[in-house]
Amino acid sequence: MKKFTILSLLLTIILLTASSDLYAGSSRDYISIVGSSTVYPFATVVAEQFGKTTKFKTPKVESTGSGGGLKLFCAGVGVEHPDITNASRRIKSSEVEKCAKNGIADIIEAKVGYDGIVVANSKSAPLMNVSRKELFLALAKEVPGDNEGELIPNPYKTWKDVNSSLPDQKIEVLGPPPTSGTRDAFAELALEGGCKKFPWIKAMKKKDKKKYKAICHAVREDGAYIEAGENDVLIVKKLEANTNAFGVFGFSFLDQNSDKIKGSLVDGIEPTFENIADGKYPVSRPLYFYVKKAHVGMIPGIKEYLREFTSEKAWGSEGYLLDKGLIPMPEEERKSFNKSVNGLESLSM
Amino acid sequence: MIKNRLKRRYLFEKIFRFMGLSAVVTALAMLAILFLTIISNGYSAFKQTYIRLTVTLDEEVIDPDGARNPDTLSSANYSGIVKKTLRKIFPDVKSRRDKRELYSLVSQGASFQLRDIIMDNPDIIGETVTIWVPADDDIDMLFKGYIKRSTPENERRVSDKKIAWIDVLLNEGAIKKRFNSTFFTSGDSREPELAGIYGALKGSIYTMIVTLLLSFPLGVATAVYLEEFAPVNRFTDIIEVNINNLAAVPSIVFGLLGLTIFLSFFGLPRSAPVVGGLVLTLMTLPTVIIASRAALKSVPPSIREAALGVGASKMQSVLHHVLPLAMPGMLTGTIIGMARALGETAPLLMIGMVAFIVDIPKGFFDPSTVLPVQIYLWADSPERAFLERTSATIIVLLAFLIIMNALAVVLRKKFERRW
Repeated sequence: MKKFTILSLLLTIILLTASSDLYAGSSRDYISIVGSSTVYPFATVVAEQFGKTTKFKTPKVESTGSGGGLKLFCAGVGVEHPDITNASRRIKSSEVEKCAKNGIADIIEAKVGYDGIVVANSKSAPLMNVSRKELFLALAKEVPGDNEGELIPNPYKTWKDVNSSLPDQKIEVLGPPPTSGTRDAFAELALEGGCKKFPWIKAMKKKDKKKYKAICHAVREDGAYIEAGENDVLIVKKLEANTNAFGVFGFSFLDQNSDKIKGSLVDGIEPTFENIADGKYPVSRPLYFYVKKAHVGMIPGIKEYLREFTSEKAWGSEGYLLDKGLIPMPEEERKSFNKSVNGLESLSM
Repeated sequence: MIKNRLKRRYLFEKIFRFMGLSAVVTALAMLAILFLTIISNGYSAFKQTYIRLTVTLDEEVIDPDGARNPDTLSSANYSGIVKKTLRKIFPDVKSRRDKRELYSLVSQGASFQLRDIIMDNPDIIGETVTIWVPADDDIDMLFKGYIKRSTPENERRVSDKKIAWIDVLLNEGAIKKRFNSTFFTSGDSREPELAGIYGALKGSIYTMIVTLLLSFPLGVATAVYLEEFAPVNRFTDIIEVNINNLAAVPSIVFGLLGLTIFLSFFGLPRSAPVVGGLVLTLMTLPTVIIASRAALKSVPPSIREAALGVGASKMQSVLHHVLPLAMPGMLTGTIIGMARALGETAPLLMIGMVAFIVDIPKGFFDPSTVLPVQIYLWADSPERAFLERTSATIIVLLAFLIIMNALAVVLRKKFERRW
């Protein structure tokens, strides 16, 4: 009986190793892309165009989030690791180090364009004009109290409580969960932007960066901010039904649904294409992708994919990515990135 | 006194019955609402707006040197031909901005369609052909009434100018809704009018083949061994408890297991149906084993005893008599397990099958997605036209699930034996 068990175990191991050997010899003939869900809609369009207009296979694009994408990207060199990762923030120096430790010395950085984060409500509701400070006060977990250096749990129930010039309606904001890059960017750009307006909090940034971040990035959990999942389509539907509610999402959703929702003014600036492009609208961020230089030449088509992405017909001021909601970089920046990306220049931090 | 109690007991019974009935009715109503919304949202996706173009396949443009070289043919400026055709229909469109808008009436797919026609049959170069090309998704939405003409122009994605052009086409009968065959024959796309479920469907089929081939024999063999041959001791007890526990493990855990074992340790490719099938096998195995054991248990011991009595070995009694009788129950269990696996996304997320994949998978190692993942991806796309396509995919998936469950019922009805 015992012999029998050992024999069967041996057989299983042999079978499993044999099956993995079967694959190990083959190589990959398509580009593998991972990363941010914000860049995903743009990367997929480029991938599709690339696949249809060249003789190469269509790249595979996964939406793993910026952090998850960089983790996969930095795992090593070889066909089993992705070639390109998209990110809705710049790569961190700790991630560059991790990459280097795993043998990825040369990374090519490409900026894609900009994305705006909007606070929108139903078309039938009145237009809102809110400052970043008011957004922070309305949505933070703890807000500064009457005395300097004092923090109290967020007491505000209505927008009027925050600032008497705002409408007298309940604070109700639907937004992405903490796992989302959009949420990170919203916390960093909108909430932290408002948080900094308090001098004593700003002063804390130098002394105790961790505490500063905790104050500025923590979102209230008493039901005023509702985590609506990553599904922005759902948020749009809910906003239509509830005219008191606001939603937080990427500009492309506002662009596609402009007959149902409208974007609130932030710091008095309307979230329009032009305002985001020239940096006037305060809640906008750059989008990137990173390429493993060691894979260029190993996986067919990477160079050509980069050429497609950096061409004027894709990311230019009249390119097809524009229709998908990408906000292009100024012409000079486009030119400089076009040169560095197609010249395969490595990133130096 | 007794009469009083009796009255109360009847009353309680009435209330209980009423509550039970209303629970059933509520559940049915929810189901009806679900089906109604999905079908009413999704049925329109089976039709797509097409525009008729009379295209002159100019040899000068397509094949200037006349050599019919496939490379030249495939890289010719087909979108230029489409644009020229559109300009011919509306000759008074002059400004650059208006032209751009005019070109966006038809889908980008039009030029690829033209290319495929030429590649299939280079002989028609130089002739004039009439083809129906898909309209842009915004036009399609307007046609289906999701974008309303009554909304003010600045809030509408289709401008007044475009509507005027569409009306001209409509008068000529050059724009109409036709059966959306693209939806069933092409892979994913970021252009809703070009997107289809064929890639995901094929991925689902490959994944299910792997799952079936592994989980059915393994599950049945395990069940037979545990039920008929294994000695009853502490060791087999532990195995039994573990199998029952595994059946209740959340499916995402199997995804993590697949990531560490199949991808990291054995180095199998990401996003491949073979890995998806392996992970889903892990998930369905407990279900199959439990169902198979129940089926074996329901075979009366008299059958085994009779077989042994006439001199059959233990093996023969199991293979020739018990197993055939238990088979319908085992098949039912397997089909229900497979139906669950067909609708699963969570474990596939970890092994990279949640991805944008355009090419149709050609084998077990090609990257692919599955139907529920396609639903998840489209549900998150900003373009309005993906909404109806999401619902349409749900209809297709539901149809598959219903067919599989019906198959289980038929098998049971046909082969089941009552003792």
